[in-house]
Amino acid sequence: MAQDSLRRQRLVVIGGSAGSLEIVLSIVAGLPALPHAAVLIVLHRKQSADSVLLGLLAGRTSLPVREVEDKDPLVPGGIYLAPPDYHLLLEGRHQFSLDDSEKVHHSRPSIDVSFESAAYAYGADTIGILLSGANADGAEGLLRIKERGGDTLVQDPATAEVYYMPQQALLLHPGHRVVAGNQLHQALLEYL
Amino acid sequence: MNPTETAIIKEEELDQLLLELAEQYGYDFSHYARASLRRRVNRLLIVDRFPSFAELLYHLRNNASYLKRFVEEITVNVTEMFRDPHAYRIIRTQVLPVLATHPFIRIWHAGCATGEEVYSMAIMLQEAGLLHKSLLYATDINPAVVEQARLGIFPMRHMKQYSENYIASGGTREFSDYYTAKYDWAKFDDRFKKRMITATHNLVSDRSFNEFQLILCRNVLIYFDKTLQDQALQLFDESLEKLGFLVLGTKENIRFSGIAHKYAPIAEKEKIWRKIA
Repeated sequence: MAQDSLRRQRLVVIGGSAGSLEIVLSIVAGLPALPHAAVLIVLHRKQSADSVLLGLLAGRTSLPVREVEDKDPLVPGGIYLAPPDYHLLLEGRHQFSLDDSEKVHHSRPSIDVSFESAAYAYGADTIGILLSGANADGAEGLLRIKERGGDTLVQDPATAEVYYMPQQALLLHPGHRVVAGNQLHQALLEYL
Repeated sequence: MNPTETAIIKEEELDQLLLELAEQYGYDFSHYARASLRRRVNRLLIVDRFPSFAELLYHLRNNASYLKRFVEEITVNVTEMFRDPHAYRIIRTQVLPVLATHPFIRIWHAGCATGEEVYSMAIMLQEAGLLHKSLLYATDINPAVVEQARLGIFPMRHMKQYSENYIASGGTREFSDYYTAKYDWAKFDDRFKKRMITATHNLVSDRSFNEFQLILCRNVLIYFDKTLQDQALQLFDESLEKLGFLVLGTKENIRFSGIAHKYAPIAEKEKIWRKIA
């Protein structure tokens, strides 16, 4: 138990856009209890669809799922969803904050913003996963995670509904681990 | 330089910047939410092409005129008309009928940015037949945006979206009747402006200046840390009549603040409360 509490807390940040929803659900489905990690999901989505997505996620896991409000605490074991129309940042390792500044890559929430903020707060304890999408958001942020010693996974563009986003990340930095969409759940478990 | 590099400015540099801003200019950003503030300063380093943090600091120290731009760029001034139309619908249907019973209505838009929400409110008051007995106070820390709010001239390209928001908020008139289009700009009717008082007001350092029946402060508190959030909420509490209404941004909350016990939710999701004690 004493040793357990010394284990490093990890933050899993998953970013996706067009064509990523099914993969996100498959990653989350059947996740075991996570005493040493929290999961943050940042998806490009329409403002009106918010409660739908929350319900879909909650239907696939017994872990608590919450759409983040400003200054919410980040608690291990939880799955957190970035709200529409705000960038999601971390204030240190245990608190979220929101920001409604300019869109990045035409997106708010921007995956880059959350990835960079996660890399800053969690450094090598960050696990970044970038999925299917039709824009370049996330590529820079994933590189920041890598630079700070975190683990980075990219959905194999060949298995992505829209290859552009994962491909951009790999063009910027070929060193990310490439994993087929249907293998990502299993791959993630290796780090937890 | 990489435009998205997060670590351009070091924590101790940011501390030094905040200290000097407070000492030299009286702007205290020390309780702004750190992660967001760091992004804003990093962004400014890039946008204004400072080769280093030291250059920015030097420029700020020696050019009082640059301070104006600094404050404009560090604070976020994103806003729109009838943003989150659901919240406006509830104000229209549940708040305005209560305000209507008052002989005189005072409303405070704290952190109004360029004023789009103030004009939205004025339109709803007009439609409810209350504008003639209302005063809307619009304040912001940033003098440049307060001036824009005073003018009531907004980019024409946004009007389609605003018109949709207006309809979603329960508006039934022709939205374009409220403004005159001129080239790329929409100038809102002067009858709205006549019921507004615009001024600079800093939620960090300025006091309560009146008593209101309705205070709106939307997507301002997200830029504050919890200490400053609590302080601002105290200020709103001091400035709100009993049974008055408080409206925050849809992802903001009073739940963990010192004033929470005095307020009852009118609409949980839309973040509208009524002062009950």
